[in-house]
Amino acid sequence: MNFRLLKDKILSKLMLVFTLASVSLLVIIGIGLYYKSIPIIHRLSWSELITSSIWKPLKGLFGFFPFIMGTLWVTAIAIVIALPLCLLTALYIVEYAPTRVKRILTPFVNLLSGIPPVIFGVWGVLFIIPLIQIYIAPHFVEFSTGYSVLAGGIVLAVMIFPLIVSIISEVLRTIPQELKDASLSLGATKWETIKKVILRKALPGIIAAAVLAISRAFGETIAVLMVCGNNAAVPHSVFDPGYPLPALIANNYGEMLSIPLYDSALMFAALLLFIIILVFNIISRVILARLERRLAA
Amino acid sequence: MKKRKFEELFFRILMVLATILVAGSFFLIVGTVFFKGFHYMNLDMITKTPGGGFYIGKEGGVLNAIVGSFYVAGGATILGLLVSIPVAIFINLYMDGKRFLSNTIRMAFDVLFGIPSIVYGAFGFLIMVYFGIRASLLGGIIAVTLLVIPILVRTLDEVIRTVPFELRDAALSLGSTRWETAKVVLRQIRPGIFTAILLSFGRAIGDVASVLFTAGFSDNVPTSLHEPAATLPLAIFFQLGSPVEEVQGRGYASALILTIIVLTITILSDILIKKFSKHKI
Repeated sequence: MNFRLLKDKILSKLMLVFTLASVSLLVIIGIGLYYKSIPIIHRLSWSELITSSIWKPLKGLFGFFPFIMGTLWVTAIAIVIALPLCLLTALYIVEYAPTRVKRILTPFVNLLSGIPPVIFGVWGVLFIIPLIQIYIAPHFVEFSTGYSVLAGGIVLAVMIFPLIVSIISEVLRTIPQELKDASLSLGATKWETIKKVILRKALPGIIAAAVLAISRAFGETIAVLMVCGNNAAVPHSVFDPGYPLPALIANNYGEMLSIPLYDSALMFAALLLFIIILVFNIISRVILARLERRLAA
Repeated sequence: MKKRKFEELFFRILMVLATILVAGSFFLIVGTVFFKGFHYMNLDMITKTPGGGFYIGKEGGVLNAIVGSFYVAGGATILGLLVSIPVAIFINLYMDGKRFLSNTIRMAFDVLFGIPSIVYGAFGFLIMVYFGIRASLLGGIIAVTLLVIPILVRTLDEVIRTVPFELRDAALSLGSTRWETAKVVLRQIRPGIFTAILLSFGRAIGDVASVLFTAGFSDNVPTSLHEPAATLPLAIFFQLGSPVEEVQGRGYASALILTIIVLTITILSDILIKKFSKHKI
């Protein structure tokens, strides 16, 4: 009898340790990356690192501005493409689609989310790049190789489809049927109900989905790296190449240890990503948790 | 009146088009990869390691990368399970009456799930430098384990929450300790554990950014934990960067292999989820 209680006690402590250890990973990653970026933060200040556009590692000049802009461009393009499409898709799946269609559609969204990033990259190179180079870019600019922030944005948009669709659908399902019925019984059409009742009610959830998708897009590495052109300059149009932060880290790990301060600079890039994504994630998770609580109440 | 009907129709068509585009993108991607990769696919690709002139277009395959990927993903999933099963049990069975705390922990794992793999890769690299481990199978497994722990915890947590409270109460009221109750619950969720394993394995086998710094690359199948290991996504990335057409083609074929592996895993887990929900009490 005592032995059983003892076993329970010991195991409970052990599990507590595992839980605390894995949760504290969140803090440890931040500390570790910060610790490694101290040399470069001391050498150049935070503001200089973030606002300078000169990237010459061999001369000890590390300006992250082009990379931050590269990240913002691809992310903005991705979300502008993906959010309206996914909102419409989620509305269709939840409000309009007959059960049979729903049952066919859901697995595909699921399958899409399982496809590895590198495959999206391959698809980008084979499909999106020629599409931009031959069919889209000639209408707007004289010459483009196709490797551009637009290509990165499109590939990213497709990658975040499943995430946005699944979150928005879940949010839409939490809206009480009574509200919809009330609107419909007053003579509103289905679309008017969506516009004036459902979307208004679902707005926080849609924002949360967008924020979560943005943070996912921020950190996406390999697919963007393969189609973005990787030129360390601030892009000025969607057909310019860009060089997002994750691509910078991934592309230069080889030389990292041979140039002084380079490793510190790359860890600083990882730290920047980590902080931005952490903040965005916490914001959206808090909104979603609140919605869930409202549903439970 | 007419305008309202027109607006309704307009948006309805827009919704259908958007849905076709979103769901269709899956076919577009898989179709592109199949179309391009099939042409370069042969038996050598999956049965041979790279030969002498592999990178200038001579004979060989990517067996090294396939096996390496399975080692990394398998090792990480096993290690990840060892950590996440206790965590999931702890949150659900040992934290009664501490709802706020357990929900905070859940949210922490949600946030960890959102951390991109490149950050896990960079952090894994820091750990390796700290302990003096070189780029190797072991390093790759460590980084990928960090990546899959949040996936496993979230999935297991969700599965455990589907077990009816009555079952736990019954076990507890018969005098069993919480650990003994946990064993009852674990037996209930066995198919759910398989689903979690498949999900984690699928994510692990397709990820590049986390193994980039940590696993290294090698033309041989690794025979120990301290040897560098090739991984399939990384092999695809390298081959695509080659100027030789034949090598690029092999990159497409490797992409086809990876796609088939991952789709098989996803479909298997879908089937398991359906089966699981059928036999649930």
